[in-house]
Amino acid sequence: MIHMEYYLIVSTIMMFAGIYGFVTRRNLLAMLISVELILNSVDINFVVFNRFLFPEHLEGFFFTLFAIGISAAETAVAIAIIINIYRNIRNIKVKSLHEMKW
Amino acid sequence: MNYTDILIYMRHEISLMAVIIVLFVYDLAAGSRGRSRFSAVTCVLLLLHTLVNIIPVHGTAQLFGGMFVYAPLHSALKSMLSVGALIVCLQADTWLRRDDTEHKRGEFYILTLSTLLGMYFMIGAGNFLLFFIGLELASIPMACLVAFDKYKRYSAEAGAKYILTALFSSGLMLYGISFLYGTTGTLYFDDMPARIDGSPLQILAMVFFFSGLGFKISLVPFHLWTADTYQGAPTAVTAYLSVVSKGAAAFVLMAILVKVFGPMVKQWQTMLEIVIVFSITVANLFALRQKDLKRFLAFSSISQAGYIMLAVIGGSAIGMTSLVFYVLVYMAANLAAFGVIAVVEQHSGGKVSMEDYNGFYRTNPKLAVVMMLALFSLAGIPPFAGFFSKFFVFSAAFRGGFHAVVFIALINTVIALYYYLLVVKAMFITPNNEPIPALRSDLGAKIALALCTAGILALGLTSCIFEGINALPSGIW
Repeated sequence: MIHMEYYLIVSTIMMFAGIYGFVTRRNLLAMLISVELILNSVDINFVVFNRFLFPEHLEGFFFTLFAIGISAAETAVAIAIIINIYRNIRNIKVKSLHEMKW
Repeated sequence: MNYTDILIYMRHEISLMAVIIVLFVYDLAAGSRGRSRFSAVTCVLLLLHTLVNIIPVHGTAQLFGGMFVYAPLHSALKSMLSVGALIVCLQADTWLRRDDTEHKRGEFYILTLSTLLGMYFMIGAGNFLLFFIGLELASIPMACLVAFDKYKRYSAEAGAKYILTALFSSGLMLYGISFLYGTTGTLYFDDMPARIDGSPLQILAMVFFFSGLGFKISLVPFHLWTADTYQGAPTAVTAYLSVVSKGAAAFVLMAILVKVFGPMVKQWQTMLEIVIVFSITVANLFALRQKDLKRFLAFSSISQAGYIMLAVIGGSAIGMTSLVFYVLVYMAANLAAFGVIAVVEQHSGGKVSMEDYNGFYRTNPKLAVVMMLALFSLAGIPPFAGFFSKFFVFSAAFRGGFHAVVFIALINTVIALYYYLLVVKAMFITPNNEPIPALRSDLGAKIALALCTAGILALGLTSCIFEGINALPSGIW
């Protein structure tokens, strides 16, 4: 059987790769993908904790199901907004979103 | 638990859901003529909803096995938030009558009320799952509202910034919650404190969780989205975002810190001290250099969030009362300020910069006085409500023993007074050859402004309000 730690290492790498991507990427869609990485790492965490540490309850699994559903809704809204930006300025680079500053 | 309990203790949620469904059906069935009365219908329904639920039921209760909790203080806060939403709906009418938003008027009201429903669930949550669902229900439709002006570049830009930071912050928060779950094995607020011992993993979880909610309240290290979103969003939405959404999140943050992270009180107090000092100071310094009024109020609202956190830091029952009172007073003052900005923006073709307000008093004395009262209340000048709310917040923190933080906050109120007075000076003293022409606001905006003004003048002087909030049990202590 694979130990719990290995799953957690994967999820931690995903989490911080997501944060790194969110900070460094210069394209709105790439930023969105990085955020999805973060959310998926959370899902792995919940499932692993549930399966290995508290197998008698199902709270972690349920939380994961809800988190997946809600993050799908959020992504849909985010993509709609990004499409709207593309329609307005024909571009989805972060650099072009500089109209409002300090 | 039986079904009558649900009807009694969840009546806020149930009646708001009924309002939303009625509005959905009305939007479908009314046609374009009926839709022109949409604002009136919404306001009447929302008023009914508020009045039906305004008297809190006695006693605390737990529904669905502790998933949902009810306490009289929750009920009072929910009523306050629905009054805030009502005022925003009244203010939004003129803006929604414009050609490009006219056909989607229904969407605005339904989305606004959905976020309100999300806040209700967030306040009433007794489990991290319900809390998370409420938080997302409050923030996803909010992103749609921010990007509501589809053809305006600013609005789209603000929407993108809001939804991406909201996603990112909820990701961080979930990561924190996952470690909480891993170390305690439960998601119920009631079961958690017994298994929390302040281990490093739990401290990590607490910090991640706090940063997630910090984004929603826009405290300083997490405030970068605030100014852009506030400036770009339609003014009615900005008002809603800055007051109602922030108030709900601040209350929930305090409830969870005290209830769930109670055993780690030393750790989160240290964290809050740093966050408060930075929030108030940095936001004040940035507010000094703003030329756009909406941006200016954005930074002012960040520093106000810092003041709200002063009520949290003591972790006492009186702190909870002063937090709710502060939110109430802040709601009246900020909604008045945004109401005036919205009226001016709609009738003068989008003027929002501070220079446009030069000589405003000569042409529009009433609006200028309302704005002045609002700013005085935000700054905390004695006869107005803002002074009393600030006083209670300071005394709550002082009683908790955070003398240095209170001292820094006091110095900052003086800085804040300077920049609030800059606006007052522009309106009353600075001469201007072409001031904004005299304008007539419509009935909805008038009622909203009158309500807010009454709040600013009366809330501080009628001591029964603070005592009334104080008498309501919060279900924590």
